Amino acid sequence: MRQIHINEIIENVRNLSVEINTTLSEDIVDALKKAQEIEESSIGKEVLGHLLENIRIAREESLPICQDTGLAVIFVEMGQDVHIVGGDLKEAINEGVRQGYKEGYLRKSVLDDPILRKNTGDNTPAIIHVDVVPGDSLKIKMAAKGGGSENSSAMKMMKPSDGVEGIKGFVLDVVNKAWANPCPPIIVGLGIGGNFEMAPILAKKALFRHLGDHNPAPHLAKLESELLAEVNRLGIGPEGFGGTVTALAVHVEAAPCHIASLPVAVNIDCHVSRHREIVI
Amino acid sequence: MKHLKTPLNGKEIANLKTGEQISLSGVIYTARDAAHRRMIEAVEKGEALPIDIRGQVIYYVGPTPAKPGQVIGSAGPTTSSRMDAYTPRLLEAGLKGMIGKGKRSPEVKEAIKKHRAVYFAAAGGAGALLSKRIKKAEIVAYEDLGPEAIYRFEVKDFPVVVVNDIYGNDLYEEAEKQV
Repeated sequence: MRQIHINEIIENVRNLSVEINTTLSEDIVDALKKAQEIEESSIGKEVLGHLLENIRIAREESLPICQDTGLAVIFVEMGQDVHIVGGDLKEAINEGVRQGYKEGYLRKSVLDDPILRKNTGDNTPAIIHVDVVPGDSLKIKMAAKGGGSENSSAMKMMKPSDGVEGIKGFVLDVVNKAWANPCPPIIVGLGIGGNFEMAPILAKKALFRHLGDHNPAPHLAKLESELLAEVNRLGIGPEGFGGTVTALAVHVEAAPCHIASLPVAVNIDCHVSRHREIVI
Repeated sequence: MKHLKTPLNGKEIANLKTGEQISLSGVIYTARDAAHRRMIEAVEKGEALPIDIRGQVIYYVGPTPAKPGQVIGSAGPTTSSRMDAYTPRLLEAGLKGMIGKGKRSPEVKEAIKKHRAVYFAAAGGAGALLSKRIKKAEIVAYEDLGPEAIYRFEVKDFPVVVVNDIYGNDLYEEAEKQV
């Protein structure tokens, strides 16, 4: 059994909270630069210039890239030979979020109850998913997920007969309805299969993938490429002002499902796609 | 790029056309979901609003906290459609401009035409860049709402795009038609 003290978890989550909100990963920055080159609309090109300038200012001055510093979404892959000492795993993660959001001057966007709607004041609780995996290390994947893109997302229990064409139609419909709300160019996370709760988790996990890497399954990689082209033909463009770059990537994750079902979830991420992972 | 000073007069608003890029300077007020809800509750009870919105521009934003030495934290626009349920009442009460992102409801667009107001979009996600254009910030109402409090901003060269003008045009719909 390998022991990991909660202080190490707190410190890592605290640092991740600040890092992801101020420094956009190179894969996303590169994709935005490429988008600026290929965007055909002049206002779209100009807007992409503003977005890149914003990312530069945030990195240089350690400012939040976006004022919506999000809900903290955390996937933990915990080796089965790890023993957490000094306290509770989830409370340690929340303490890291609490410290990071306070010390990083990040916005506190979490309400204690969806009906009563009182701000908890420290951006906790985080949304935490824990998987137990072989090994003796602890992987923490963290995202700061904004409300605008999350509100633009959708899930549908489709019929198996809807097939690939049905799935594509649903994705295009969701993206088209969202228009400018999720701050395009967006990243589309598509979860197919599993069941009612699993498809959205697959879609969320798809957003953590290095931008533009394809699913290893050839039929899903093909679906990613086709959907990206089709989304970009919707004409939404950067910030919805019209243009040819609406999405930077479509990432698909799939899982086995019931003979009667075709669960499909579309989780949209904004161009400020903030996520990182660390391994302890 | 056209430069305009707030508050905007009727003639300036009438001259604005969908798709125009505008550099705004002057005073604007912030309000998002919770502040809108409170303002509408006040209007319904016949109480005075905490700010005089007549002729003013409201920016839909919930900024991050300012670091020491900063005027305000990052401050980009939030999704405007969440304010749609409240907006026609505020336009009726004299509000003249709004800054946010995303499409408005048919009711809001109709009210924009009727009350000769304007809806601008700012670049969503560009909170750090936009914060540099905010020269002064003070909370003027609903401080208990934290990031949702109403701030009075003094902005200089704040970049926006006209989405809905008084003639019923809509930038997003125009983009849609081009496909």
